[in-house]
Amino acid sequence: MNHLFFLLTLAAYAGSFAAYIGYLVAGHDWSGRLGSLLLASGLVAHYFALLERARGLHTVPYHDLSGSMSLFGWLLALTYLSLELFHRQRSVGAFVLPFVLAFFLFAQLSPPDRLAAAPATGVAFAFHVTLSILAYAAFGLSCVLSVIYLAEQRLLHEHRVGDVVWRLPSLDLLDRMSQSSVLVGLISIAIGTALGFVWVDRLTGNVWHYDPKYVVTLLVLVAYVFYLRLARNPGWRGARASQLCIFNFAIVIFSFTVVNLFFSRAHRYF
Amino acid sequence: MEIVLVGLNHRSAPVEVREKVSFTNDQARQAAEELRARGILHETLVLSTCNRSEVYGVPPETTRESAAALSNYLSSFHSVQLDLLGPSLYHHYDRHAVRHLFRVASGLDSMMLGEAEILGQVREAYRIAYEQGATGPVLNRLFQGALEVGKRVRSETELGTRPMSVASAGVKLAERIFGKLQERAALVLGAGMISEQVVSQLRDRNIARLLVMNRSLERADHLARQFAGKVIAWDDWESALTLPDVIVSSVSAEEPVLMRAHLEKAMAARGNRPLFVMDLGVPRNIDPAAASLYNFYLYNIDDLTQIVQQNRTSREGEVPRAELIVDEHVSKFLTWQTSVELIGVVESLRRKLKTDRAEFVRERAERVNGLTAEQREQVEALIDDLLEKMLLDPARRLQGEKDLRRKIQQVEAIRELFLPDRGH
Repeated sequence: MNHLFFLLTLAAYAGSFAAYIGYLVAGHDWSGRLGSLLLASGLVAHYFALLERARGLHTVPYHDLSGSMSLFGWLLALTYLSLELFHRQRSVGAFVLPFVLAFFLFAQLSPPDRLAAAPATGVAFAFHVTLSILAYAAFGLSCVLSVIYLAEQRLLHEHRVGDVVWRLPSLDLLDRMSQSSVLVGLISIAIGTALGFVWVDRLTGNVWHYDPKYVVTLLVLVAYVFYLRLARNPGWRGARASQLCIFNFAIVIFSFTVVNLFFSRAHRYF
Repeated sequence: MEIVLVGLNHRSAPVEVREKVSFTNDQARQAAEELRARGILHETLVLSTCNRSEVYGVPPETTRESAAALSNYLSSFHSVQLDLLGPSLYHHYDRHAVRHLFRVASGLDSMMLGEAEILGQVREAYRIAYEQGATGPVLNRLFQGALEVGKRVRSETELGTRPMSVASAGVKLAERIFGKLQERAALVLGAGMISEQVVSQLRDRNIARLLVMNRSLERADHLARQFAGKVIAWDDWESALTLPDVIVSSVSAEEPVLMRAHLEKAMAARGNRPLFVMDLGVPRNIDPAAASLYNFYLYNIDDLTQIVQQNRTSREGEVPRAELIVDEHVSKFLTWQTSVELIGVVESLRRKLKTDRAEFVRERAERVNGLTAEQREQVEALIDDLLEKMLLDPARRLQGEKDLRRKIQQVEAIRELFLPDRGH
């Protein structure tokens, strides 16, 4: 059954990517709508794939690298689709789907879990991890949007206005989409982190249990609040804010990889 | 139920002829009334724009005669000799008239390929004729179809999406940067013709504020009143550069009016808010070195012209897709038209058979001795039933015929064989 959900998810995401490409390159409206529909279908199939994995492991499906990558891909797709519907803008799909596909495939190909299953400690833990990964996905999306912003801005500056530029969102909309995504990320990370403290308290009876992850998470929070503040300033809005957003995501990647691997005890996945 | 079209356009007639044959709305109404009153057309619609004047109609007689009568009418209505007008006129009938109209509504027949204005003009011409009662079931269906195909071509192809003039290219670029322009402000420096076109397009997009600056206060005032803008004094550069998001410049000057140093200070003063500048002046009004300033987008007239040329090529690439959509709708209309004609032909045939039956029974009843009135009625009813059965099955099969060409041929065959007097 898991194999079936894997194939359905892969087919849906791959089809969605192709459809979004068709929309961006050829401008067919139906291609854009198909992309959105297939993405939604992929989300459903992916959800069931995660559920099957959880049933098979008798634990949350993201205590290891494979599971967390898969969840990241799912939440990235979900955040993107929500943003697409909210802002009514499809042309960014062609840039986001490769990452969704990559994380999904990477999750399937990563080595089997060598660690013991995490203790199933209920809702607080589940929401802590889910919201934290949602935050990373939202920040990742804002990074993609910022890259597109910088690329489009450069093309406009250099007067290279081709087919694709006409179909991309306006710079102003890209900026707003990025800010929306960061806002989702900030709310998620704030609530997710708070729930993490709740879970630690329940597990150890002690709410304060030092982990370098806390410091880096705080740094991420401050960095993105700073970004949102600056992005509202007309002079900073645009290229500078986008560059800051990309830099901030580098901190997120640092937190998820280096900090988890070498510094944190409780957040080591692999 | 045939359709005839007589008209001229930018391809068939020079502007000196076109301007003599154009119709105002009142003239269009008058012509529609007269054409019907004189029995030249049953249904009429006049479509007149700066690039075409066309009369669409459903004639009572053979189409070729109506086309000639229409040409003569156009000549006399506008007091233009037929010798002068005739060579510029084109005549289309039935499928070709339908196809022509659908291509017109789609912007495929326009001087500027894919232009959007024509669809609104077709809609307006239809509204006028409809309200006047000049149209009927055929033209109603035809023009509703035209509006549908025009809308579909524009939404499913990129025929109408890319800007095709310097003015629209500039405004579209502004939208690339700022998105919707409803909360933005624009400054017009100088008052060239293209500037006016740009400003007109900005107004169409409901730009929030329009500022006008010109060496001649009178000219500035005239432009400001024309586009509901506000005049700024020529030396008030602080306001001029701080307030707007878009600047449209077309000043007659040998040297640039705005140098990089000046603009750098201005950008700092406005907090580096994005500024899009269209420099339409020749020689250029804006120092090209300013293009490297942060959040400063500078396009001169050559840049905008190049974009228009790229878009022209891109639009031409969309033509085959648009033509396919037109073909689809032409088939759809002809299918409807043939179905309606079939109903009319079957009905006419039914009436003819009834008449023939009545005559047949009357002639032969006299030869049959002892046939009572009641028996005669029964015989008539039996014959009617037989004829109805003979008629019904073929009519149903014909209605279900999917191949349009076959269907048209079969309807024509029935008409020619059984209703020779009914004509086309």
